[in-house]
Parts: sequence; C-alpha cells; structure tokens
Amino acid sequence: MTLLSLTISDVEVGQELPPLDIVLTRTLITATAIASRDYQEVHHDPSIAVERGSQDIIMNILTTNGFVGRYITDWAGPNTFIKSVKVRLGVPNYPGETMKMRGKVTAVTGNDVTVVVTGSNSMGDHVTATIEIALP
Amino acid sequence: MSTATSQTDQDKQAFWQQLQSFVGKEIGPPQPAPDEVNIPMIRHWCEAIGDNNPIYLDSAAAAASVHQQIVAPPTMLQAWVMAGIKPRVVSETSPYEEMNQLLFSHNFTSVVATNCEQTYDRYLHPGDKLSMTTTIDSISPEKTTALGTGHFITTRQDYFDQNNQRVGSMLFRIIRFRPAARKETASNAVRPRPATTHDNSWWFDGLQNAKLFIQRCTKCQALRFPPGPVCPTCVSMDWEPVEAVGTGTIHSFVITHYPQVPGLEYPLPVLLIDLDEGVRMVMNPIDTDIADLAIGKKVDIVLCATDDDLTLPFAKVHK
Repeated sequence: MTLLSLTISDVEVGQELPPLDIVLTRTLITATAIASRDYQEVHHDPSIAVERGSQDIIMNILTTNGFVGRYITDWAGPNTFIKSVKVRLGVPNYPGETMKMRGKVTAVTGNDVTVVVTGSNSMGDHVTATIEIALP
Repeated sequence: MSTATSQTDQDKQAFWQQLQSFVGKEIGPPQPAPDEVNIPMIRHWCEAIGDNNPIYLDSAAAAASVHQQIVAPPTMLQAWVMAGIKPRVVSETSPYEEMNQLLFSHNFTSVVATNCEQTYDRYLHPGDKLSMTTTIDSISPEKTTALGTGHFITTRQDYFDQNNQRVGSMLFRIIRFRPAARKETASNAVRPRPATTHDNSWWFDGLQNAKLFIQRCTKCQALRFPPGPVCPTCVSMDWEPVEAVGTGTIHSFVITHYPQVPGLEYPLPVLLIDLDEGVRMVMNPIDTDIADLAIGKKVDIVLCATDDDLTLPFAKVHK
C-alpha cells in the first residue's frame, strides 16, 4: 500500500479529513489493550467490567491516542511529524459500537498544521482531539 | 447557623491548603521502561490499531521519509513504560497515595479520566531506552460536574532517553469526585426502575454515561422527547442523539404527598422543565427548597446516580 504524503501546500484551513469508521469488535478492544501493555481487567474481562459499573469492556486511553495518530497519518502520510496529541475523553467505546472519526484543519502557520478530530459512537463523542503536526 | 457555616468554611480552607501542598511533588523514583523501543512491540501495536504508515515497520520507506529511519508511532509513548500484567508496587507513603487517601477521607471516592495531552520532542527509534518521572502538576478547586462534585487532578509524566534527554511528556487529568447525591431512605428501598424498551433504553444508557440526550430527527431536524421511534413532525424513522446543554425553566410543578412509593422522599415535588433547546422533561428537584419553586424559574440540570444502576436528571432551581 502506498500512502500519499502531503506537503504544506496541499493543506488549507477548513479542509476535511476523509472519514474513517472503526468497527469496535471485542477482539479489537482486547488486542489493542494488550498491544499497549494495558492489562486492566475493564479492557478485556466483561464480568469484571460489569462488576465495576461498566456496561461491558471499554477501549483503553492509549488506544484512543493510537487511533487519533493513525487517523492523522492515514490522511497526511509518512512525512508527517506529529508534535502533540491532546484528547478530551467522553463516552466509552464498547464492543458492538462503531467509532466514526472525522477531522478538520483548523489552523496552518508556516509548516505547522492544527487538526481537530472527533471520534463518536451511538452515545456521543468518545474523543475530541486537537493534533499539531508539521509537514514538509 | 452562622458559626457552623464558618466552621465548615475553615475546614474547607484547611483541606484545600492540604491538597495544594501536593502540587509539584514527584510521585516516586523514575520508572524505567522494561524493554528498549523495539520492532516486535511496534508490530503488535500497528497490527492491532490497523496503522499502515510504513515508517514504523518498512525500513526502505522509512529511509525515504523525513524520518530517515524506522521510528515508533509517537502515540506509543506511554506504552513503553507500562508496567504490564504485574501491577507496579506503589508505596503507601508516595505523595500520590497520600493525596488519594486525603481525597478518599473527604468522600471523593470515584475517579474518571477526562484529558490526556501528549507532546513529542522527538520520534523514538528502536534501541531507545526510556524512563519516566511523574509529578503532580495541578489540583483544581472543588468543581461541580454532571458526575458529582470533585477536584480535577493533573499529573505530568516526562519521558527521558538513555542520554537523559527528554523525548516527550504527557499531562493526564482525572476527576476525583463524590458520586452525586444518593440519599438513604428509611426503608432502604431503591428508586423504582424506569420502564425501558428498545426505543428508549439508549436514553437511560446516556444518563449512565453522564450525558443528557435529546432525540433529533435527521430528516426535518425537529427535536423530540420522550424518545420514540418515529418523528411526530415528519414521520421519519431516522434520528440521532444530541447532547442537551443542561439548562431550562420550570413550566409547571406539583408537590405530591400521597400515595408514597418506596425509594422516594415526600413531600415530593414533580417538575415540568422546558429545556432551553425546546423539549419538555419531567424531573424531581435537587438541592432546592420547596419554598424556592416557582413557575418560570431557571434551573440547571444535574445528572445524579440514585443507585449503582440508575442515573437520572434532576433540576437545581436557581435561588
């Protein structure tokens, strides 16, 4: 797979990122938790998750960050330098949901670009993120 | 009364000063990453997340990019230092544990993460060996949120490489809070359960996740409440939830005395609240004297857990 790589001249304020829908399977939520070395039971054990007041297992925060990072470079390509990822957390990501990722360029200054991304499911926004990147 | 109030104020002031004494403290010794930054962990991460950016695993593509060599996904920063399946031994004398015990002793017993902000000084390469320090960055004054009343606690983690150069940092914010009002009733009965159906359970689930939703027709945009499958305006069955701001006005109210239902306290005011968005909901008041109820008064909607399984909206009436 060849990824398109953007340069700063390809980007303008108001530009929308291509949408990305992530189907949240139980395997995905568990595999991403373990890949990030997060063994908290609420991310893989449904009965313990329910005991602790959750409806089911939930995506861990490291994975939320990971999907935000992926969504940015799926769009901007391998020459992106991600400078910061700031996320605000909302409703949990349960298995069976789909996280709809949407994003928009909100600022371009020199080679720096600011993008605002939301990842929402049927209950509302799971994540609202502000990402700062540099492009060649 | 005034003496009691000033005593409470003094207690609050002392507690706040005690809390502030934790700001700036390091939680414990630096935590070393168990392994160097390595290709197998990067591969597991990229496969699980579905990240096909070639700079993480394809050396030729990485060499041709601005990064010039294989790099780790920047958002993996925290993963390198995770303790893994064996929980890290936490000393009870660490400032973080002391702070938590202090908050716990004031009934701030629940915790929810709200923000995570990572900043990267440079991308990491296979072979980098990290260590991490954690500092208590800030503690907010008492705030009342939909979850309850509590303090936002921000910790700062700084990540250093084998040459003791900082490679990134992370601000992590949680709220430690008192779960919103759970009044014990004499009979210890719980509040009656709502009758949930396929068409309205999403709305109660939203409350359980601290969101007050209104249904919006995606065809004609009309808002509606209570939840139902069909738009009463245009009969479309397509809808989406939108989050209410949480403010409104008393349209009308009654005060019920009888019959008394176990799990509720009497006399029980029942309010019709016009949300500022334009839909009307029935709810009980909270933190409000009956004498302060009047048609036309402004209210703030507060979401309160009445027990482990039920969260409902309540109206806090402005004085």
